[in-house]
Amino acid sequence: MENIEDIKRKIAKRKFYNKLFAIIGLMSTMVGLALLVTLFADLAIDGTPRLSFKFFTSFPSRFPDEAGILSAWVGTCLVMFVTASAAIPLGIGAGIYLEEYARKNWLTHIIEININNLAGVPSIIYGLLALSLFVYFFKFGESVLTAGLALALLILPMIIMATREAIRAIPNSIREASYALGATKWQTVINHIIPYSTGGILTGIIIGLSRAIGETAPIITVGALTFIAFLPPSPVGGDFPFINFKWLLAPFTVMPIQMFNWVSRPQQAFHLNAAAAGMILLVMTMVMNAIAIYIRYKFRKKIKW
Amino acid sequence: MFKKVIMGLIALMVMSMAFTVPSMAEDKIIKIDGSSTVYPVTEAVAEEFQKAKKGSIKVTVGISGTGGGFKKFCRGETDISDASRPILNKEMDLCKQNGIEYIEIPVAYDGIAVMINPKNTWVKSMTVADLKKIWEPAAQGKITKWNQVRPEWPDKKLNLYGAGADSGTFDYFTEAITGKSKSSRGDFTASEDDNVLVQGISGDLGALGFFGLAYYEENRDKLKIVPIDDGKGPVTPSEKTVKGGTYQPLSRPIFIYVNAKSEDKPEVKEFVEFYMKHAAKLVKQVKYIALPDGIYKKGLDRFHKKDKGTVFHGEAKIGATIEDLFKSKPKM
Repeated sequence: MENIEDIKRKIAKRKFYNKLFAIIGLMSTMVGLALLVTLFADLAIDGTPRLSFKFFTSFPSRFPDEAGILSAWVGTCLVMFVTASAAIPLGIGAGIYLEEYARKNWLTHIIEININNLAGVPSIIYGLLALSLFVYFFKFGESVLTAGLALALLILPMIIMATREAIRAIPNSIREASYALGATKWQTVINHIIPYSTGGILTGIIIGLSRAIGETAPIITVGALTFIAFLPPSPVGGDFPFINFKWLLAPFTVMPIQMFNWVSRPQQAFHLNAAAAGMILLVMTMVMNAIAIYIRYKFRKKIKW
Repeated sequence: MFKKVIMGLIALMVMSMAFTVPSMAEDKIIKIDGSSTVYPVTEAVAEEFQKAKKGSIKVTVGISGTGGGFKKFCRGETDISDASRPILNKEMDLCKQNGIEYIEIPVAYDGIAVMINPKNTWVKSMTVADLKKIWEPAAQGKITKWNQVRPEWPDKKLNLYGAGADSGTFDYFTEAITGKSKSSRGDFTASEDDNVLVQGISGDLGALGFFGLAYYEENRDKLKIVPIDDGKGPVTPSEKTVKGGTYQPLSRPIFIYVNAKSEDKPEVKEFVEFYMKHAAKLVKQVKYIALPDGIYKKGLDRFHKKDKGTVFHGEAKIGATIEDLFKSKPKM
């Protein structure tokens, strides 16, 4: 028989462990957060004085005060556009096929395992693949198209997985109800599966893109480490039909590459430029993540099973 | 909702594109790649050239290292190749296979500086023999302390830093010091990014490293430069000693190689003319050592006369003086 004191002591001990873990958990969270805040503050202290309208509208220069990120951020936008155009349809298509159409046999099992593994492949490997496939085999050169497709390969597994997760979350009863009303598989997919999984899919896409936007290794591998003080030809405007695709094959630079170039210069003033560009890149990523969170929230609220 | 998001994204993309300048009738792009040592000079010229042409001609300048640059150049992918050493036999063969002919034009002088930590008090100067002892392949894993180089130096760890294996600086340094290009010990911190080397040497008491003199000029406070003794007393690299040819064997001319077919491309011709006209001023501005004015004229003459080939016969000649650059007729 235990007396009341023993029991009290035991309860106190358990409460202590309970609190202890809460504190450890809080501290772990704080470390991550503090690191992010410090990083951002460090960049902000170095970079803020360099931020001005001119910084966004100037080309790189050998004079740190005149150097800007015009060619870099335009390049980043164009590359992201190519990446999104290639990765989104392929990723969603593959995800829907694997979840809704594919028979569950050893072949799809192998495909599944491979896709999961692909998501963990280091990004430089995709760069090497893109170099031999797009640059040398298809002769796209060191262009916006090559970089966009390389990054699309990189985020494709992420989009496929996000799509599958989102589709898997839809209860089977929805599909059964749709079939019961005589809908074909395609009608079920277009009228129910896609709309209900949009939130999850969009979140996956944006997280994928915000990873791609900061990637440096694969883009350096395809040969974009370059001084570029001009913009690709504009895709809109000009003569009929007002759209041209010359920009796809134009040489380019992107934000991380521009930063890399500045950091490797001896003059301190260029390092400040790199910090300013880093801050902008970080803000771009954060905005994209915020959009992802907002979309998830919006769609979650709307859908009630 | 779904449609709205998509439309919003598309609108954003279109807006960012509308910002790009209207396309020119036909884009003229000059592609340059190669040595990171020559990069600052070519970049300065490219920047001024594009300003002068108001953007009607576009120039890209990449950094693949001298060797990497020649690989692209000899495949016909670039118009001009930056090189911190003359073209080598192997690269000449590659160019020949692909029918690429080139004109060799010197653009500046550069010294390779040997650097130590500023707190290093024992090294006053080094001889070429000292450096050979440290850097030859046989030293790998054996010469790891300063007192193994010279007994009077302290029993401290010797940590080495140097330019990466694809760079002309590495090729030239190994040729000058160990007598054979690319022949070096492998256990040192190698980087194409000179900033990494600066950081390494400035934070490591026992460090010894080498890279282009211009980089030292930008980091004077973080590094200490070692005078080199080639048998005629120690010489500190400087504009005077490099240009005068007394800083030996670690000073060298740096080049651009222009694809001879560029006469079909008026923009490349214009660029090279601009390069030669403004090189003296721009080279000084980026802290390199300019060649005498007459040499830039000779370079331009060679380009106009289309004197194809190299005067160095595919060998990395050590201690080439300014006179050597135009003494003989270039050969393919």
